[in-house]
Amino acid sequence: MSGKILTEKGISFIEWQKRIKKGKVSSQEIVQYYLKQIKKKNQQTNAFLTINQKALREAQKADREISKSKSADLFLKKPLLGLPIAIKDNFCTQGLPTTAASKILENYLPPYDATVIQRLKKAGAIILGKTNMDAWAHGSSTETSDFGPTHNPYDLERAPGGSSGGSAAAVAAAMAPAAIGSETAGSIRQPAAWCGVVGFKPTYGRVSRYGLIAMASSLDCPGPITQNVKDAILLYNILSGPDPKDATTIKEKPVLINYKKPLPKNLKIGLSQKYLKLANKEVAQKILEAAKVLEKKGAKIREVSLLDPKISIAVYTILQRAEVSSNLARYDGLRYGRNRSYFGLEAKRRIMLGTFVLSAGYFDQYYLKAQKARTKIIKDFKQAFKKVDLIIGPTSPTVALKIGEWEKNPMFGETQDVLVEPNSLAGLPGISINCGYNKEGLPVGLQIFGPQKSEELILRLADQLEQWQK
Amino acid sequence: MTNKFYPVIGLEIHVELETRSKMFCSCSAKHFGKEPNSQTCPVCLGLPGALPVPNKEAIKRTLFLALALGCQINKNSWFDRKNYFYPDLPKGYQISQFFKPLGVNGKIILQSNKVVKIHEIHLEEDTAKSIHRKVNGKEVTFLDFNKSGIPLIEVVSEPDLTSAQEAKDYAQAIHQLVRRLKISHADMEKGQMRLEANISLKKYLNDPLPPYKVEIKNINSFKFLKDAIDYEINRQQKLLNQEKQIPQETRGYDSKNKKTFIQRSKEKAYEYRYFPEPDIPPLVIDKLFDIESLKKSLPELPEQAINRLINQYHLSLYQAKIITKTHKVLSYFEKAARAGQKQKIKANDIANIIINKKLSINKLSPPQLINKIREREEQALVGGAKLRSVIKKVLIANPKAIGDYKKGKTNALAFLIGQVQKETKGKADIKQAQKMLREKLK
Repeated sequence: MSGKILTEKGISFIEWQKRIKKGKVSSQEIVQYYLKQIKKKNQQTNAFLTINQKALREAQKADREISKSKSADLFLKKPLLGLPIAIKDNFCTQGLPTTAASKILENYLPPYDATVIQRLKKAGAIILGKTNMDAWAHGSSTETSDFGPTHNPYDLERAPGGSSGGSAAAVAAAMAPAAIGSETAGSIRQPAAWCGVVGFKPTYGRVSRYGLIAMASSLDCPGPITQNVKDAILLYNILSGPDPKDATTIKEKPVLINYKKPLPKNLKIGLSQKYLKLANKEVAQKILEAAKVLEKKGAKIREVSLLDPKISIAVYTILQRAEVSSNLARYDGLRYGRNRSYFGLEAKRRIMLGTFVLSAGYFDQYYLKAQKARTKIIKDFKQAFKKVDLIIGPTSPTVALKIGEWEKNPMFGETQDVLVEPNSLAGLPGISINCGYNKEGLPVGLQIFGPQKSEELILRLADQLEQWQK
Repeated sequence: MTNKFYPVIGLEIHVELETRSKMFCSCSAKHFGKEPNSQTCPVCLGLPGALPVPNKEAIKRTLFLALALGCQINKNSWFDRKNYFYPDLPKGYQISQFFKPLGVNGKIILQSNKVVKIHEIHLEEDTAKSIHRKVNGKEVTFLDFNKSGIPLIEVVSEPDLTSAQEAKDYAQAIHQLVRRLKISHADMEKGQMRLEANISLKKYLNDPLPPYKVEIKNINSFKFLKDAIDYEINRQQKLLNQEKQIPQETRGYDSKNKKTFIQRSKEKAYEYRYFPEPDIPPLVIDKLFDIESLKKSLPELPEQAINRLINQYHLSLYQAKIITKTHKVLSYFEKAARAGQKQKIKANDIANIIINKKLSINKLSPPQLINKIREREEQALVGGAKLRSVIKKVLIANPKAIGDYKKGKTNALAFLIGQVQKETKGKADIKQAQKMLREKLK
């Protein structure tokens, strides 16, 4: 280990919830604690871009509400009352700077809250601050941020992964009890894996994108980054569900997940050699160990045949760049105060490639072909899930890499996220949980993913596995 | 020598829909005369993170027009992004339809019996309004986003039109239809209906489409449309006669000087980089609407009304066309015809009175009109040949009075007049009757 370590075993979201309910701690005490943590660690991690200056005042208000209320229902209505949470800086927060880590939006104050923020606020949560990310979520290391990279609390010389690197680092360093991230293909799960925390990406359309600054609209999905699976369940239950403001949300209401419910017996779990081979040895080894734990607990581990995940790199790159080039057109220099020369290198590269693949004469060859391949990938998973209930595998091919690796490879993100791109393209839900550490003490992430709308099974298995691994 | 050329004209007609809310957000769509930027939200301002949710009523109205124009409905339709930069376009793209518009391959029959094919009907969002002003001596542009996101239908014709008059007739027919369907008032002065014409000339009738076209944008009256096309045909004809090439370009129309003028060259084809809008799921039409019952709920269309008037009321084609020009006149005529039936007044006469404007339909209700017609008929005096035959009859029946008159009894004439009045139920033209009697009794 070369860099300094700033990780810390924190108090879980659910634990804080219990304590505040019982009156053992006040919201102000919790918020003060985290503000202190941030003050102590943010200079070295650069996990937060903005601190909510009103957080303490809001905590005061929450405490008043708790002390005044005689109703036992208060915490049923507001399960997160008084609990602080960190938000990735691409979710619009009314009156709180929202930059997507780009200089273009450096001074942008949104006039409205994203649906995710509205739901958190309605549940009583307090926004602690906005976390660093790859600019416009373009990247897998948080190094493309226009405001400097975030450093991995496990080793400050390493990247936290990305694009939700600030959120993952904040949770790993106990600078926030939980955080919200967003994923297009890997941006929640990969930084969670590299920072040794839990990252959950629900089915596409399960959580509203309204107010999430778009990266690739047909793939973007908000989700929680937490210390454990139970915290992820708590947040998922609050965030998920249809939103009349997002036409792509799934119309049916999701089931409220109860982790106390026992897992079904004879669970069939798939493992693909193609995925394992893309991971380095120490990562693959940890995944096989976790598979053994599952087997011991009664699950059936089956080899599943899946399309080579490398196919997805091309498909994902084309579709994502196409959507990016269009989504970034609104930053046209007339609005938001900064012109297009303020776009970073990565954004410029993506705009150019996306513009190219959508151009007349190339559209059929690239965009349409990629769409057809996407349909094939969706079918491939449908076939696979006829034989198994869920699939496990490595989240990332490696443990956290050194800061600077990104600059050497213009396709850095795409190759880093090769193991989550196929299931992201298919809109599938998936989680990354920690499954141990390599020799250097760096965390290894294991992903569990399932068919569309299988959040309940994924989260319950992940919760169990987390317990069994202890 | 000057050659005549054959004009090839196609029209693109934009119609703003008067739905309650905008195309993709819940802001009011009634924007005319409102305080600038008073009807906006993150969605129609294109703010980061905002998402479009399509207005079902606007889709329904578009389908309505598509069905009325006999279009095929794309059962799997969707929205596409049309990417281009313009200050009035806050997202840098317009949500429109390109790959699968709601309606394709329709047609409309003009009163001249000319059939104009409709290439497609699609639905999109309107842009913001640019207002150019001078402030402290500086030219500045203001943007009003009240118009941003208003539902806009685009009706694209095939290049089937061959003259300025025909283009005008076509535009008016679409206008009439839109109003008949009550999907918009299509008020040209308010910009609710905007016309664009594509014009080119070919040497021989059977030539393929010319290799260029000139687009005249933003025409806001039928008269200007005709004038602009006429001007453009002349201009192009002169150039072609000088063996000059006509560049592909967009022109505007200056209605004061009755001239078109170049706005921008369109040498290169536009690169809009259309792709399916990922923020809106595809429109599965059968899940959203029952097309058959939509079709059944279509009101009678002008063409159908003409045929019905000819069959049902025995009007001439000429009469039927005039009566059906607006729905107001048509429904007035039908009410009057029904009221007239009871009083034995012919539909044909009613039609003529309406067409010749002998009685004002604005001042009279249909039953009042019928009463007026009857009164008039009753008041009409008997004279001429009819009177002559009555007089003949009266003279034969009263030989004694003839003798009296000839003996010099002048009140015998009064008696005979009285008899004529009796025969005509008092409607005889007295002066004429006196004259005729005197002549007969000479």
